[in-house]
Amino acid sequence: MDTGPAIRFAGVHASRGAVEVLRGFDLLIPTGETVALVGRSGAGKSTILKLINRMLAPRTGTIDVEGRSVAAWDRFDLRRHIGYMMQEVGLFPHMTVARNIAVVPALLGWSPSRIEARVDELLSLVGLEPASYAARYPAELSGGQRQRVGVARALAADPPILLMDEPFGALDPVTRGEMHREFGRIQAQLRKTVVLVTHDMGEAFVLGTRVGVLADGALAAIDVPSAIARSSDPRVQSLLQPLLDATAVLEGGR
Amino acid sequence: MTLLQFWRSHASEFASLVGQHMMLVGLSTVVAVAAGVPLGILAAHRPRLGAPIVWLANMVQTIPSLAMFGFLLPLPFIGGLGARMAIVVLILYALLPIVRTTTAGLRSVDPALVEAGTALGMTPGQLLREVELPLALPSIVAGIRVAAVIGVGTATIAAAVGAGGLGEYIFRGLSMVDPTVIFAGAVPSALLALSIDGALTLIERRLRAGRRQRPRRRVAVAVALLAALAAGGIVLARRTPAGTIRVGSKSFTEQIILGELLAQAIETRTRLPVERRLNLAGTFICDRALRTGDIDMYVEYSGTAETAIFHAPPAGGREEVLARLAQRYAAADLTLLPPLGFENTFAMLVRGADARANGWRTLSDLVPDAPTLKAGFGYEFLQRQDGYPGLVRAYRLRFAGTPAAMDLSLTYRALAERQVDLIAGDATSGLIEGYDLVMLADDRHYFPPYDAVPIVRGAVLREHPEVGEALSHLAGRIDAAAMRRMNHAVDAGHRDAADVAREFLDMIK
Repeated sequence: MDTGPAIRFAGVHASRGAVEVLRGFDLLIPTGETVALVGRSGAGKSTILKLINRMLAPRTGTIDVEGRSVAAWDRFDLRRHIGYMMQEVGLFPHMTVARNIAVVPALLGWSPSRIEARVDELLSLVGLEPASYAARYPAELSGGQRQRVGVARALAADPPILLMDEPFGALDPVTRGEMHREFGRIQAQLRKTVVLVTHDMGEAFVLGTRVGVLADGALAAIDVPSAIARSSDPRVQSLLQPLLDATAVLEGGR
Repeated sequence: MTLLQFWRSHASEFASLVGQHMMLVGLSTVVAVAAGVPLGILAAHRPRLGAPIVWLANMVQTIPSLAMFGFLLPLPFIGGLGARMAIVVLILYALLPIVRTTTAGLRSVDPALVEAGTALGMTPGQLLREVELPLALPSIVAGIRVAAVIGVGTATIAAAVGAGGLGEYIFRGLSMVDPTVIFAGAVPSALLALSIDGALTLIERRLRAGRRQRPRRRVAVAVALLAALAAGGIVLARRTPAGTIRVGSKSFTEQIILGELLAQAIETRTRLPVERRLNLAGTFICDRALRTGDIDMYVEYSGTAETAIFHAPPAGGREEVLARLAQRYAAADLTLLPPLGFENTFAMLVRGADARANGWRTLSDLVPDAPTLKAGFGYEFLQRQDGYPGLVRAYRLRFAGTPAAMDLSLTYRALAERQVDLIAGDATSGLIEGYDLVMLADDRHYFPPYDAVPIVRGAVLREHPEVGEALSHLAGRIDAAAMRRMNHAVDAGHRDAADVAREFLDMIK
């Protein structure tokens, strides 16, 4: 087995259009960790994820996945090797829940019986009763249920790496909390390498085993949540501020 | 005769025409889908290549269908009379809606879904098949629907180039000025358009709304529907055996009767099968068709041939013109048979009441009153050397405004209904009596002689000498009075051209 880091960024510069969003970005993600990257809008969070599965290419620098440069991977193999979840979930409206989950296994040429068994297994894992949900269409699901299907789809081919782009951002706070607990439960079971980006420091603290703070195109800090919470770096402080405000209201309100 | 009676008495012909119509529309739509969807995909994914494709398809759409038939007629492979060229034209018209809706459908796919598919590891081809096309499908089906409905309408024009279909009845009805015959073609054509529209709308709506049905199955149903249309059409449209003699005619009553006379003369006196390609749109198309071998014969008028086909100034007497024509046709291995016996000169016609009130007997009588009169002419007469331009010069005529241009078959009715005051009709038209019209004498002898003469491909006469023998029985046997009677029987009596021709042949046997 590969004992090295699952993902490594070294000196990466990358632009979106004319704007350089990453300027000398370095990051090491050990296998089995959940790294939550936090930053303001436009800080390059999504860019980092898309560099990992080669939907974007860096201007300079290298990105390795499992010890091999992404440029050396077949790009379709690479993407099928990495689960991906995004904010809009991106479920295909013309496919049933079961077919949506089966996309990557089908691309990998699994047998229909194996796919069917896997779909049932995943629906149970994300807490949806297979018998009543497999044949539904995305339009017939609630936001939270769609999110769960999105998780199941990302996990379908049992990828060792999972990328999540603001995965629960569109949900109401109650459902989001529920999904956070679900994610914790699933991740405790599966131990994937997860890279998650969010602008919500609270979410990063709940989900990440380590939290990275993005600022000015590079990593300002990366550490366990408790260490980040104590940071005196003003760039970290500004992202922590909403959390501190909420706490202040709760403590000083009575 | 009511519509139902007409259909009943023409049952097998009607079935064959409906079949041809369905075949034309079905086949052309299937091919247009096969070509248009890939072009639409190309246009959506490669806008730089796509722009000219859409531009070209747009251009094609602006060409009137009859003009398009004219353009394509002389071309090798796709040109020529009959279903092949009609299908080519129908495909060209069907392309635009299909290309456009395919492109629009693909462009309207949510970019987030394309990104999701890419992130999951779909190749561009898989993305297209699994995500983009299924999501664009309702839009594409809408395009197919529009294309098929346009096709049903355009296919009626195809009768003008001998492709058959329900347009046959429409053109025939127009030339006979018989609404029943027009409706006999127009009503089923409209019903066909409505039912195609309805069926495809249903499929489209299901695709858009439920998402419950398997899209693949729906497409399969749509494609099967069109294929069935084409297949059914091919079965209904009779195939022609080899060695068939093809008789053509222009699209007015007299020509159709003459076409029937030639066809029946061959049928009764030889064992050769005959195919009728009657109702072809005008001199130009008949001549083209004869030269390319799409038809083997038709009846032309000597003056028309000299001026409209050979662009020679009309000169000399009847015999002289015929001798010169025989030579000119021989150069293209076409044989001029002896004249049938009547002349069909252009007849300058006015309402009988007007003629009597104003004392008009000759064209010269009319000249002083002309500036108060409105003239209406067929397209061919307006263009021909021996038509309108020469006429006004010869008589120094000036009308009130420019003459109204309309289909020849409509001019009689326009005159009778006082929409125009003077038309150029056929001297042998049965409608002259029917509508109480008066023919003004050509006192300055402006019009050349117009002897009706069959023109036959030389190869046919050599291969099948019996054809020449059969046709020789018609030589000199049809005088102007006989022709007028036959025209009148069809135009005013609403009888079938085929029956009228049969009775005449029995009579002269």
